[in-house]
Amino acid sequence: MNEFFEFFSFADANVRYVTLGSVLLAGSSAVVGCFTLLRKRALVGDAVAHAVLPGVCLAFILSGTKNPFILLLGAFITGWISLLTIDFITSRSRIKEDTAIGLVLSVFFGIGIILLTAIQHSGNAAQSGLDKFLFGKAASLVGEDLIAFSLVAVLLLVATLLFYKELTLLCFDQAYAKTIGYPVRALELLLTTLTVFAVVVGIQAVGVVLMAAMLITPAAAARFWTDRLSLMLVLAALIGAFSGVAGAFVSYTAPAMPTGPWIVLIVSMIATLSFAFAPGKGWVSRLLRQRRNKTLILEENLLKLLYQLGEQKQGTLAPHTFQEILERRAIPQKLARTGLRKLGNQGYIEKTPEGWLLTGQGQRRGERVVRLHRLWELYLTQYLHLASDHVHEDAETIEHIITPELEQKLMEELGFPVLDPHSARIP
Amino acid sequence: MNAFWIILTGSLVATCCSLLGCYLILRRMAMVGDAISHAVLPGIVIAFLFTGSRESVPMLIGAGLLGVLTTFLIEFFHRYARVQADAAIGVTFTWLFAIGIILISVFAGQVDLDQDCVLYGEIAYVPLDLWITGGGLSLGPRTVWTLAVVTLLIILFIVLGYKELFLTTFDPAYAAAIGISTTVWYYSLMTAVSFTTVASFESVGAILVVALLVAPPATAYLLTDNFKQMLLLSVLAGILASAAGYYLAVWIDGSIAGAIATVTGMEFMLAFLFSPARGILIKRKQLQPVQH
Repeated sequence: MNEFFEFFSFADANVRYVTLGSVLLAGSSAVVGCFTLLRKRALVGDAVAHAVLPGVCLAFILSGTKNPFILLLGAFITGWISLLTIDFITSRSRIKEDTAIGLVLSVFFGIGIILLTAIQHSGNAAQSGLDKFLFGKAASLVGEDLIAFSLVAVLLLVATLLFYKELTLLCFDQAYAKTIGYPVRALELLLTTLTVFAVVVGIQAVGVVLMAAMLITPAAAARFWTDRLSLMLVLAALIGAFSGVAGAFVSYTAPAMPTGPWIVLIVSMIATLSFAFAPGKGWVSRLLRQRRNKTLILEENLLKLLYQLGEQKQGTLAPHTFQEILERRAIPQKLARTGLRKLGNQGYIEKTPEGWLLTGQGQRRGERVVRLHRLWELYLTQYLHLASDHVHEDAETIEHIITPELEQKLMEELGFPVLDPHSARIP
Repeated sequence: MNAFWIILTGSLVATCCSLLGCYLILRRMAMVGDAISHAVLPGIVIAFLFTGSRESVPMLIGAGLLGVLTTFLIEFFHRYARVQADAAIGVTFTWLFAIGIILISVFAGQVDLDQDCVLYGEIAYVPLDLWITGGGLSLGPRTVWTLAVVTLLIILFIVLGYKELFLTTFDPAYAAAIGISTTVWYYSLMTAVSFTTVASFESVGAILVVALLVAPPATAYLLTDNFKQMLLLSVLAGILASAAGYYLAVWIDGSIAGAIATVTGMEFMLAFLFSPARGILIKRKQLQPVQH
């Protein structure tokens, strides 16, 4: 606990640098990542991250210094070339995008490695530290890195805000953007440039391989919580920033721990939890929804059966035995029993010594399902001219879905009919 | 002699990777190969912790399991949680790689592995680790033997499962209809990719594995429409790159793995520009408009 307060008082300058740096990096790359994710190009960030290496090495060989701005310029140039190469290969040959990404990623990185090792073997004493581009060094961020980080983070955020509308359109409806006269090509280049910026700066903190996570993972997690882009950007930035702080905290309490991998581990856990438990889109909530739908369909089918059995016997309100119900429709016994019990608890049916009996409420609900079924059959035969023996299956499905408004429309459209195509009465 | 062993190692890795890569790029799964090659790291570390050495068999098992787990996680995220495909790949492999690095840091004293080794290996050390029998007979580098066995297994896998792999790659619906399990062959293929990655990681590193998985098959893909020819051409391109890469590395005194990757890139560029059927600099007569 003590460490917790020590850390969050930010009294230590080093803690301040590392935390602020991680937050800026993780937050700003998450924002850019949202756009690349939505354009279904999440993995290009990985390619750029690998392609940065030859640029750094070339810049070092040509300039002979380790001036961070010159190295960043080199990184920027090859990162940019790598994205253009991917586009060029996919548009001018039958090579698919994933292959092009893998190709560019490994070949650029191979060139980078051969340059890096050549520099190391050359015995140039100034070269030490170049390999921080490979594996990052978030834990040893110093003041000047922080200035570069903040500059780029601000630049990325401002650019996103300025071009918010254009970028949104580019992600969601490129064709429309083109028709109303947006410079789509220029916007693509802008997004490419932003991605390369985010990668070039972030790579120094988390390294080549994990940089992809900084772009992809917060965005993928945020996507599960909302459908609104503005909210998604904010959420992704927050998730990124939180993991930045958490990663810095872990490596503060356990100095042997690398900051970058911990940031990635934490953000991945947030993402996995989002995939599983986010309301609406998450895996669990989808399973629940499926189960709810299954139960609903079972219950409505049982009510419909009871109603139809009543119709057959004229006296609608006679009880029916379990056997009669199963004879009319083969429902697995166990399922049918649970369904009936549940309906009983909800007050739609009652159990009498002779069998199951619809209550008034159950009568109305069963009647509605039967009505929808027959209305839909009639609609299909009258408007789509399907044969009357082809319409039952479809009606079986849709009877559970039609809303009261739609029901009203159907009734009006069909002129409040009395008989369905099989000459059964529409209740 | 060293040059021979290094080129032989490179060629063996190239053979395995190029063969499997042909299937990966046709299934549009090149990046899954990339993901597996990174994600086996925690498997290697855990195997190392259990055995305390770089024994090949436990590592192959550990990493093979991780490879299948990666494939499974990607599938799970994509199919059940409905994460879009590229994001599922990106999230999975970075996550596992991060766990691997953290494991290395936690057990730094016990694990003799480092990140550079995983990423770009050191093929130049291959001839140093010789397999010497009890009688003092030197049988050549240990890695070569491991790789030779893996290569044989991969070739056997492809020869025996040729029809199934071919069908599940090109027409999964038809394959399923005539009773071939697409899932089984999918996971077998991915297991083969994981084994290859692990067998080669020590000598050539993850990046060269990715380069050899993607670049030679992509080169061959631009040169032919016949799948068997594509397999052969990509193996040829891979072996050629190993030899040329070795001499390039010697010439500029750099990493051999990096040089081999560079050469595979050049091969692709040549095919891209000058392929007789599809090179963008070759005039394609069949595409000229008909003159009336």
